[in-house]
Amino acid sequence: MLELDGVRVTRGTFGLSADLSVPTGARVAIIGASGSGKSTLLSLVAGFLPPDQGRVRVDGRDITALPPGRRPVSMLFQDQNLFPHLTVAQNVGLGLRPDLRLSEAQRARIAQVLDEVGLEGLEARKPANLSGGQQSRVALARVLLRARPVLLLDEPFAALGPALKAEMLALLARIAEGTGATVLMVTHDPEDARSFAPQTILVDGGVAHPPAPTGPLLDNPPPGLRAYLG
Amino acid sequence: MAAGVFRLTRAEAGGAASAICLALLIGGTLAAVVWQAQGLAGLGPWDWRAVWFTLWQAAMSATLSAVLAVPVARALARRRFPGRAALVTLLGAPFILPVIVAIIGLVSVFGRNGVINDGLRAIGLPEISIYGWQGVILAHVFFNLPLSVRLILQGWQAIPAERFRLAASLGFGPKDTARHLERPMLRAVLPGVWLAVFLVCLTSFTVALALGGGPRATTVELAIYQAFRFDFDLGRAASLGLVQIAICVGAMALARRIAIPAAFGAGLDADHMPMAPGGWHRISDALVITGAAGFLLWPMAAVTARGLPRIAALPPEVWDAAQRSVAMALISALLALVLSLTLALSLARGRMRWVETAGMLPLIASPLVLGTGLFILARAWFPPQSLALPMTVGINAIMALPFGLRALIPAARTLHQDYGRLADSLDMRGLTRLRYLTVPRLARPLGFAGGLAAALAMGDLGVITLFASDRPTLPLQLYQLMNSYRMADASACAVLLMAISFGLFWIFDKGGRLA
Repeated sequence: MLELDGVRVTRGTFGLSADLSVPTGARVAIIGASGSGKSTLLSLVAGFLPPDQGRVRVDGRDITALPPGRRPVSMLFQDQNLFPHLTVAQNVGLGLRPDLRLSEAQRARIAQVLDEVGLEGLEARKPANLSGGQQSRVALARVLLRARPVLLLDEPFAALGPALKAEMLALLARIAEGTGATVLMVTHDPEDARSFAPQTILVDGGVAHPPAPTGPLLDNPPPGLRAYLG
Repeated sequence: MAAGVFRLTRAEAGGAASAICLALLIGGTLAAVVWQAQGLAGLGPWDWRAVWFTLWQAAMSATLSAVLAVPVARALARRRFPGRAALVTLLGAPFILPVIVAIIGLVSVFGRNGVINDGLRAIGLPEISIYGWQGVILAHVFFNLPLSVRLILQGWQAIPAERFRLAASLGFGPKDTARHLERPMLRAVLPGVWLAVFLVCLTSFTVALALGGGPRATTVELAIYQAFRFDFDLGRAASLGLVQIAICVGAMALARRIAIPAAFGAGLDADHMPMAPGGWHRISDALVITGAAGFLLWPMAAVTARGLPRIAALPPEVWDAAQRSVAMALISALLALVLSLTLALSLARGRMRWVETAGMLPLIASPLVLGTGLFILARAWFPPQSLALPMTVGINAIMALPFGLRALIPAARTLHQDYGRLADSLDMRGLTRLRYLTVPRLARPLGFAGGLAAALAMGDLGVITLFASDRPTLPLQLYQLMNSYRMADASACAVLLMAISFGLFWIFDKGGRLA
């Protein structure tokens, strides 16, 4: 279970508070207007932003003081999920050992996850020589390999076309199911939320509301969300 | 508690450590100078004359460079000809050209036995002398005219092409273009250009040492050297150091009000051409470009023609000095890179502004002031002889720091913005991060900064002159050859020094590009 317990953060005129919990293995969309604090919420969980008060816990363990890399969390960013100067195998291998001193068994494991995301044999390629969809698959392969309990998505597939995006979300759903990860996904697209996430966190008016069933929330949105959805 | 997340990262700790070392070193050195100086009472009229000359020659050099650069930059901006790109690249070369090499070149053209005076004698006109204030200013213009041309050319190319098209469609003549497009640009760019040259000339030492001297052509830096070396009057040297610090601080205050453009880097390949008037403008542009190119290339060509055939015959001590200098330049470059990289990386995180101030400290401390201060601090423990080489290495590294920071800070910021979070989330830290993220992504600016640092250190003739050394660097060896009138050997030595300096820069820069 992921818990944000009385979390508050203020930066200048911007503030966000969150007091909510997400059950293990849940898939949750995060929806809200631009600048409402969706990415801030992810940063609080990922550890890029220290809360002014409150605790963040995963499965009962307090992770508030842990640096990002030590948290039981994987994150996919909007872009720059891969290092362009490293090969596919190295980019994935960073998920196992940041210093890339990989054993034979670990190399075999990398080949295996690349296989699972449909990239067999592309270990030696550089990201620039891959299509956008293939680059997303590399990032997903690393997520699969790390198998952290919490997975945060900051609209990583926004630049892909609709068909490719649906494909990636399906692959993502399969990975999350396999690893049992709790998934939080920021999205601008209500359809993504409906198809992927049974629950949705609404971020509005400086508050991240506890997860509510996605369908009813989108069918009958509160005023702030209604204005945003149009 | 929550603050635990924001403990100093290693990059920041490294940057803070570098900044503190730097601040202690420079601050301590300056404090030693201040303490030793005990005010300015020890300074006589001779010294105040040096202060006046320093300011005057810097202002003259800056004004001449800026004024002469305008027609050259305009001609280069509006004409296209074979070799133009090479010429523009060449304009960047004086930045890493060893000063003492350029001086040999200027002497071989403008000196007593140079072509100019031969010509003047032949037609019965009085000779000109390169020694004295006119030589100092000539050398400064030689170095700073190309720099100014590049900066102004950047300004010209920053005028949008649409603006020139609009001017053409409105039927502007050259006068109208000048009034509505070019003069506003020059008003914006020239103060920065002037100030950049002024600042460089304020701490001029080598030029004054070789071409100046005497009551009418001694800079403060040269006066420090003379007080230190000839009179061994540490108090006066320190008082002069105090004056030099004050001059630098004053100039920095001036610089805060005027933006100084970056002296090197991209932005010269924009290929739109302002409309070019024909007729006699075409001829005058050709003359201006030929004149400027000749002024820059002639001295170098003269020294090369004279020195190249004699390189093989150079005495062994020159080769020893060359080896020593290369080793020192490499250590200097490495030090400068470590310092500027640690500072840039912690600055990129944007949480420790004061680190940047530490990185700018070298700008207020001239090499000879640092040398004097370090000598005052270290003389109790070390014999002066043993200080010469390590101090030269260290001070050259510090002097290269502002250039290194200029190249690395923007790149480090981009790196942090693009990949900082990803690397954090993957727990890449310390050497791993350096090896797999920082060095590969920053290879180009690192190569460039390293090349600059190595070339500047290789060609430097500064602090080393304070100490009589039986283990001279190559520039000092060259100066000694020149002083004993062995001009043929000096020319050969100059060619060698020039080749090594450019070679070092090229290897570093190329290495960074290939990585």
